[in-house]
Amino acid sequence: MVLELYLDLLSQPCRAVYIFAKKNNIPFVMKSIEMLKGQQFSEEFNKVNILRKVPVLKDGEYTLEESTAILLYLTRKYNTPSHWYPPDMKKRGRVDEFLAWQQGTIRVSASKILWLKVVIPLFLSQHVPVEKLHDAAEELNAALQKLEEKFLQDKPFLVGAEVSLADLVAITELMQPLGAGLDIFEGRPKLQEWRRRVEVILGKELFLEAHGRILNSQELRNMSIDPPLKVQMKPLLLKMLK
Amino acid sequence: MALELYLDLFSQPCRAVYIFAKANGIPFVFKEVALIQGQHKTEEYGKVNPMKKVPALKDGDFTLSESNAILRYLARKFKTPDHWYPSDLQKCARVDEYLSWQHTNTRKCNSKLYTAKALLPLLLGQPAPPERLEQLMKELNEILDLLEDKFLQDRAFVAGSDISLADLLAVVDFMQPLGAGYDVFEGRPKLAAWRSRVQQAVGKELFEEAHRELFRERDWKFDRLSPEEKEQLTQNMLKYVQ
Repeated sequence: MVLELYLDLLSQPCRAVYIFAKKNNIPFVMKSIEMLKGQQFSEEFNKVNILRKVPVLKDGEYTLEESTAILLYLTRKYNTPSHWYPPDMKKRGRVDEFLAWQQGTIRVSASKILWLKVVIPLFLSQHVPVEKLHDAAEELNAALQKLEEKFLQDKPFLVGAEVSLADLVAITELMQPLGAGLDIFEGRPKLQEWRRRVEVILGKELFLEAHGRILNSQELRNMSIDPPLKVQMKPLLLKMLK
Repeated sequence: MALELYLDLFSQPCRAVYIFAKANGIPFVFKEVALIQGQHKTEEYGKVNPMKKVPALKDGDFTLSESNAILRYLARKFKTPDHWYPSDLQKCARVDEYLSWQHTNTRKCNSKLYTAKALLPLLLGQPAPPERLEQLMKELNEILDLLEDKFLQDRAFVAGSDISLADLLAVVDFMQPLGAGYDVFEGRPKLAAWRSRVQQAVGKELFEEAHRELFRERDWKFDRLSPEEKEQLTQNMLKYVQ
């Protein structure tokens, strides 16, 4: 039975899983779940994942969530090239460290920017106070500085001379604000160079394919949201605004 | 050169690292970093961990932060028994899944609970108003439901019949509110039973030793604040726990 991956390519962790599977020629069936259409709330998806989140991997009877867990599972099951999760204990530790750290920092602020600038206006038909956006951008800035100073430094990739899961996850995160029209690579030549290197390794075509929706900020801003979904999401979105 | 572990046992992830190292006879030098005294904010500590957080590991010139990374590093370097981080693909993924999920879910909730039950009453001179804690209690219940229904189900431990890194991180986290006299597992016999199993597997003496700091009387020095500072702190905490 073929592997199933439940993904919404608007989500950073989903893109990382998608790119990784495709890049390593891992056969899978793509199950598209569009969060902005409320598809994660369907009865059917609930049977797959009671957390109602994406990405989700389904391997026969076995289901798995959390992109870090999924990525590690795929590296092991499909014996992907060792640079993705280096056998050297210290490099591997660095990858683990980055994957854990980014969850509470980059992931949070990169997501916030898209929610504040695009999703909340779409759902609540109101603009978010400028200070909120400013705060989120500042938070992301601080995280990016740490990314450059502690992780990247003068290396070609985050943990050394070769690309790893850390770079893959990082790049999908850094692309997220672009969906809100915010190019965080502007004014950051070091990150620009790193991005270029990562894109080359992943393959430009695959990279653009995975990022098609997030890069189309025009289309995103003009999406029409189902009224019942607006009602359903309102409390959660209002909480984000507090 | 001996391994150094930079810890404050008041912090949940530090306890997990401490218990893991001790339970496995891993030799290390305990480097205390007293959070309450702001020792994590010093420039000196910044050289060990630029993120200025605990726990941190120093192995010769190699430094590592993030408990998820430290625990895996120790498991690999010291070749601890397989059940801690199983070689079985699916069991290992269950551990990875929990380690990833807990980072941004249980940790925050339990820390908020501690604040609500231990710190706010000190500042207010009375328990925090229940309406203010309503959302937090709801969040807690959702997390406990997930712990029971998704991560444990009918297994003895998260990954199966044996304790793993997942159970260790989970158990220390849910001990935090107990430091404020609040048992989150009250009325949840399944979870209370799991907690007992984990304590047994780790060793009751070691478990108690690791939690001594949490239960120690702490001088938060709130009386040294000016009335304005005290009010500001109270408001910040009330906002934090919502």
